[in-house]
Order: sequence, then structure tokens, then C-alpha cells
Amino acid sequence: MVANKFELKPGGATREAFGKTLVELGRESKDVVVCDADLSKSTYTHLFAKEFPERFFSCGIAESNMVAIGAGLASAGKTAFVSSFSAFVLNKGFEQLRVTAAYPNVPLKVVGTHSGISIGEDGPSQMSIEDISLACSLPGFSVFSPADEVSMAAIMRLATAHPGPVFIRAGRAKTLVVYGPDQQFEIGKAIELVTGTDVVLIAHGLMVAESLKAVDLLAAEGISAGVVDMHTIKPIDREAIIRAAQVGAIVVSEEHLVDCGLGVRVAQVLSETKPCIVEYVGVQNTYAESGTPDAILDKYGLRAANVADAAKRAIARKRG
Amino acid sequence: MNKTSNPQDLAQIAKRVRREIVSMITAAKSGHPGGSLSATEILVTLYFDVMKHDPANPHWADRDRFILGKGHACPVLYSVMAECGYTPLDKLNTFRQLGSIYQGHPDVRFIPALEASTGSLGEGLSLGLGMACAARLNGSPSRAFVVLGDGEIQEGQIWEAAMFGAFHKLDNCVCIVDYNKIQLDGFTKDIMDVEPLADKWRAFGWHTIEVDGHSIEALQAAFAEAAATKGKPTVLIAHTIKGKGVSFMENNPKFHGTAPTAAECEQALKELA
Ligand SMILES: Cc1ncc(C[n+]2csc(CCOP(=O)(O)OP(=O)(O)O)c2C)c(N)n1
Ligand SMILES: [Mg+2]
Repeated sequence: MVANKFELKPGGATREAFGKTLVELGRESKDVVVCDADLSKSTYTHLFAKEFPERFFSCGIAESNMVAIGAGLASAGKTAFVSSFSAFVLNKGFEQLRVTAAYPNVPLKVVGTHSGISIGEDGPSQMSIEDISLACSLPGFSVFSPADEVSMAAIMRLATAHPGPVFIRAGRAKTLVVYGPDQQFEIGKAIELVTGTDVVLIAHGLMVAESLKAVDLLAAEGISAGVVDMHTIKPIDREAIIRAAQVGAIVVSEEHLVDCGLGVRVAQVLSETKPCIVEYVGVQNTYAESGTPDAILDKYGLRAANVADAAKRAIARKRG
Repeated sequence: MNKTSNPQDLAQIAKRVRREIVSMITAAKSGHPGGSLSATEILVTLYFDVMKHDPANPHWADRDRFILGKGHACPVLYSVMAECGYTPLDKLNTFRQLGSIYQGHPDVRFIPALEASTGSLGEGLSLGLGMACAARLNGSPSRAFVVLGDGEIQEGQIWEAAMFGAFHKLDNCVCIVDYNKIQLDGFTKDIMDVEPLADKWRAFGWHTIEVDGHSIEALQAAFAEAAATKGKPTVLIAHTIKGKGVSFMENNPKFHGTAPTAAECEQALKELA
């Protein structure tokens, strides 16, 4: 049995790491500006507002306007961040993201917090299960979904330095820390956390930690599983996917609708290069409901056990 | 259900509703007390006096429609609907739990008697106006009542809807702004001031009434004036106090979206006895 070399220690929420890194970026450059739509205490942009009130623009509850204000700031040379719950900034702001940021290639930095269904009690109107799909449908956007606070901080820096528009997905819930402080990140380069010979588990966001836990569950049954953190969903790391396909069975797990998230993008790469059996773990063509985050993740099947089950299905199909 | 126009009776119901709001949010350990307590007299007056509806026949075609634009304030809606007999009173304390019909925001999948699933702010007025259009086409006397938050009306869609309502002369739609002067991050005047609010609605062509949103008699008079106003929609700008009825919640932005502790709940229930 291969022991998992990952000790998953409890860490902070990615939204908190976002807010803290934003303050650091603000100290490093006077050009960093932030727009908020009456959620600064939830998105942690209040930390930036406190230190740099003159560079913080309160937009009120008006997300579409906020996105275009941010695009205006970015068009005029500012490093402009706009942030709200992922559900609101992407859904209400989509037309503005398309026409004022993506189409003219304005390097707006969009951060959506409270993504996925792990927000729990507030329920579907505040949950974001289609944000990866929407963001990926904006030509020129780079799309990130960090797994923990370490990767969020690193990706914030990469995204800020990146010359194009970006979307970064953050969560409300506390995460398990996957990475050590020295881990290097590169845009578009997935991280192969564990190598395995029977199946490879590809994931983003909180499903990376669940996939790491699934490695242990599978090892107990004599199955060797690898794990890939696809922190950059666009541009996608084709090489990492092709390498994963060498074992002949892949599971893609995400806190997102399976119909239109990372899974279909992985499948597209495979269909163009090295067809491979894939199983998908995610939200199945439905809106979730209210409940504690744990109860919701259990009910909608976003747990290590669900990943392990999917892995066994994939391996069984591979064996025919 | 027993409808009544007696302000004392309505005030008694409002007191019960406030207690239920505080209790259910405490039990859930999350939720939005402030905006539920500020809208209590508005919803009680609508459901127990003004609106034509029948809990025994929730899909009666000619019923009046109610839409809570500010869906996060659903504890007040759940409590009032339960008091009317639409849903079980003894299940209010399951609010926000897995499987409860009392979801974190109003959800028609769980309570079919709701007119709309809300929670994303800014969309309720358009829905209500659409329903008012349908009533007119059907020759139905049905009216639509839409409650909005003062933060919520910062959404541009509200003003697109406002233009639509006046342009189409939808006098069978009544909008109520719960003007409690507080939104999520703080006081409305500090986040995105909405003043001069009455002038805005008048400029958009609405019959505009400013009213004390905690005075049942004043609300009754304003709703009567709305019913008598023809050729344009009416908006009530209801001046309210966020957290009304619980001393430490009143006018306190903290209680926008924070549940009371058990001790705070006890104190609140004492004040609401
Ligand atoms: C489109 C959208 N943006 C943001 C939110 C998050 N949110 C929930 S309540 C709230 C403040 C609402 O303030 P107000 O409308 O004044 O309501 P009230 O004071 O009556 O509670 C915010 C920003 C949301 N639910 N929908
Ligand atoms: Mg308010």
C-alpha cells in the first residue's frame, strides 16, 4: 500500500488568501485598484478598503456596472480587480465581461468568491456551479481555480502580472492545505501531486484535497491512483492530460456542473489526442439546496468516496 | 385563515412573527434577521388585510401575487405564510437545514405556493410587472406586490423595470421599498446613496407615497391610496428600522446577516414578549 505523502492540514479559505494577497499587491503597486459590490466583508476586499480607501471603489449592489467600471479602470492602465460572489459577478456581469473586457482584450482581474455549492445554507441563488463554463467562454480570459490558500496567493500574483484578463475562482469554506510554502506555480502548468499507475484523478479547487484523500481510500484496495491539480483551467495543460491518459483511466472532479466544466475540456483534449476512459464527479444537471456545507457536499456527491467510486468504475471499464 | 383589518390584531400577529423570525434564525445559526424584522408590518398588513389570496387554494388564478425581491429576508415571509396556513408553523425551526422546505432563500421547488425563487437581488420588480401584464391581458383583478430592499434598488434592473411599469401604466403593481437605510456592508448612504429616493421614483413616473413602515394604519392608508391610483404604478417608500423590535439589533449593520446567539435570542424574545 502506497501511503499518501500528503498530510492535509487545515488552512484558511481561498477568499481570505485572496483578500490578504490583494493588500500585499496594493502595497507593491499604486496602480492596484479594487471594485466591490456590497460584499467586501464576505470577499475580504474590506482589508484592501481599510488600507487603501482612495483606491477602493464601492459600487453598491450593481455587479454589471461594477464590471464595466473595472474595465474602464483597466483600460486606463490600472491593475483593476472586480470582485463579488462568483454567481453575481459572472452571471449579472457576463455581458459586460464579454464586451468591455474579453472582446477588447482589457486586462481586467475578476475574482469570484463563494463558488461551488460548499457555501451551504444560503442555497442555490448564491451558489455558483456554472462560473468555470462562463469564464472559459470568454476568448482571451485565463481561468484559475486554486485548491488552497498557498496556491491562491501564488496565482493572484501570476494573474496580476499576466497581461490579459483573468477569472479566479475562490471559495467560502476553509480548505485543507495541499502545498508547502515553496511550491512553484506557472500559468497553464498543472501540478502532478501524486503519480499512479491504475488511474489518474484530475481536479480543481476543493476537489484536489478530496482526490488526495481518495488516493488513500484506493490504496487500501490495492489501487494506485495519481492526482493532478488543474489549477489553470484555461489555457489548459494538454501535456499533463496526455500524460494522465497513459494509465488508461481518468476521473475529473469539480465543484461545478459536470456538463460544462473542466471535465468536458479534458475530454476535448483527449478526443483530439489520446482517447481515454473518463469518469466525471461534479454537480449533475441540477441546482443544489440549503444545508450545512458538509451535508451538501455529501448529498451532491463531492467527497473522496465519490472520487474513489468513480475511479473504480473507470478502471472496470478500462479492463472491459 | 382569519383576515382582519383591525390594527391591534395585526400588531399582535406582527409580534408573533418577530418572535418566530428570531427563533428560526437562532436555530439555523445563520440567516438575515435585520431585514426580516424591518419588513414585518409590511408583510403582515399585506397577507392579513390587503391581499386577496387563499391558503386553501394557493394557485387560484385571480389571487394577488407577492414577491420578496430581497429574498434573504425570507424568515419574515416563511413566518407570515405559516401564520396564514400555507406551510407548517412547527417546522419553522428547520430553516436552512438539509431537506427543509424553509430554504435559505425562497425556493418554489420546496414551497410551490411561493410566486418566485429569489435571492439574487434586483429581479423581483420585473417579475411582478410581468405578472401584472398577464393579469391585465387575462382581464383578471389580480395585483402584484413586490417588496424590495434599499440596497437592492442599486441594481440597474430595478430602474429598467421602473421605466417599464410607468410606460405600460401598470396600476395593478405596487412596489414597496423597505427603506431601512442599511445594506450588507454598512449604511446605505456610505455604500451607494440612493437619495433623493422619492424624487427618483416620481421622475420615473410612479405614484410615490412615503410612509412609516412600522405603522399598520399608515400602511393600510397607503395601500388604499395605491388601489385607488389609476394609470400608473404605485411605490411605497416605507421608512423602517433594520432589526426593528430588538433593541440591540435596531439600526445595527451587524445584524444584517448574523444569527443571534442563544443568549441574544433569549433577550430578544423577552423584548418581544
Ligand atoms: C445580486 C446580488 N448581489 C449581492 C447579493 C448579496 N447580498 C445579500 S443581502 C445584501 C444586502 C441587501 O441590502 P438591502 O437590499 O438593503 O436589504 P435589507 O436591508 O432589507 O436586508 C447583499 C449585498 C445578493 N443576494 N444578490
Ligand atoms: Mg436595507
